[in-house]
Amino acid sequence: MDLVDTFFNVRVLRETLPLLIEGLGVTVLLGLASIALGTASGLVLALLRVFGVASVRAAARIYIDVFRSIPLLVLLVLVYYALPFVGVRLSSFAAATTALSAVSCAYVAEIFRAGIEAVPRGQFEAADAIGLGFFDTLRDVVLPQALRIVTPPLTSNCINVLKDTALASVVAMPDLLKQATQAQALSANPSPLIGAALLYLALLLPLVRLVGHVEARHRAATR
Amino acid sequence: MSALVEINGLHKAYGQFEALRGIDLSIGAGEVVVVVGPSGSGKSTLVRCINLLEDYQRGEVRVAGEKVVRGRTLARVRAEVGMVFQSFNLFPHLSALRNVALGPLRVRGLSRTVADARALALLEKVGLAEHAHKLPGQLSGGQQQRVAIARALAMEPRVLLFDEPTSALDPEMVGEVLAVMQALAHTGVTMVIVTHEMGFARRVADRVVFMEDGLIVEVAPPENFFGAPREARTRAFLQAILSH
Repeated sequence: MDLVDTFFNVRVLRETLPLLIEGLGVTVLLGLASIALGTASGLVLALLRVFGVASVRAAARIYIDVFRSIPLLVLLVLVYYALPFVGVRLSSFAAATTALSAVSCAYVAEIFRAGIEAVPRGQFEAADAIGLGFFDTLRDVVLPQALRIVTPPLTSNCINVLKDTALASVVAMPDLLKQATQAQALSANPSPLIGAALLYLALLLPLVRLVGHVEARHRAATR
Repeated sequence: MSALVEINGLHKAYGQFEALRGIDLSIGAGEVVVVVGPSGSGKSTLVRCINLLEDYQRGEVRVAGEKVVRGRTLARVRAEVGMVFQSFNLFPHLSALRNVALGPLRVRGLSRTVADARALALLEKVGLAEHAHKLPGQLSGGQQQRVAIARALAMEPRVLLFDEPTSALDPEMVGEVLAVMQALAHTGVTMVIVTHEMGFARRVADRVVFMEDGLIVEVAPPENFFGAPREARTRAFLQAILSH
């Protein structure tokens, strides 16, 4: 009975649920914003990385390497606590979105690069031969095929971004984890943490299953 | 007489290997030129240089008087040069109809309705109207290659290049593709065809070009080429392929 009272305290859970739901909303919003920005900028970066002139390709590669190397937590702390010293003061939401999408951008760029490079050379040649311009070739020929290839890893990356939003709690972002730790402190009971963990699972488990499903279908289609 | 395709002093090397060692060839409007020769003789490289799918080190190519060079004019020139590839290279995510309509829609700026109508008429011409809405993966190799021919024709090119169009096909599908090409040849389309199909060359070519080691060895009308080849190397080549 003690164990249940400690970890699944119904009274505490009921009292803190509105806070947790509010936090979940912030988490989802932060996740969606970072996914949208990271994916769009990652696609642009991949195009620069693959089709740019030598100097642009090199710059893109450096960005990708740096942002895949730096720990997200370190970047987040840098953006939120160090940038104000040079006059750049971001809200915790803006700081978290910046850090999350900057890192996601690098991963997405690598995913798209692999997808674009997996499109056979003959496809580019066929597009060239009918006189399609660069952007038409991308839009009508290359990207639709690349997108099919990268859907599973891209979805995986979205899950990672959603999970990584929990790090934003260190920059005072009132996300799901932050709300849970605060509720835990207030009620002197860890049940809100359990509640938060369950909400994370409720959000992410279906997505993880979806990736599994997409990958299986993808394997069947490309066999 | 001004040639439609004019090739002058073409040299192309891959590292140490010289694929083309000085090619001069001019092709008149309405002419059907078949290029034959052993593997590695440079014949595929030659047709791929015409629309600059391959870069080359020396020489020049002109199509309808315009020099084919990298830059802003290239896409426009390429639109005038249709190409059919050995491995079809259809766009796998688009239906046969969309494959054929894409160029007219994007490059010629036709409306979707007009582009689709033209594409359907061309698919009809190659005998595939009932397959218009299938994806390439749902078609046989021979059918895919016929779609590819329709796709090239859709641009109404000045000249059509064929790079071993039947080499990747199962034997029973070679005939249907050659039949479409032969019908095209009779409509006065200018064609440059790299092939190993000697019977086809004999029936359809206005001139046969024999290449070996990156050079043109002999150019002759098919009667002379197959009946009375001048060059010893041509005779050796014909003997080798006709004797098996």
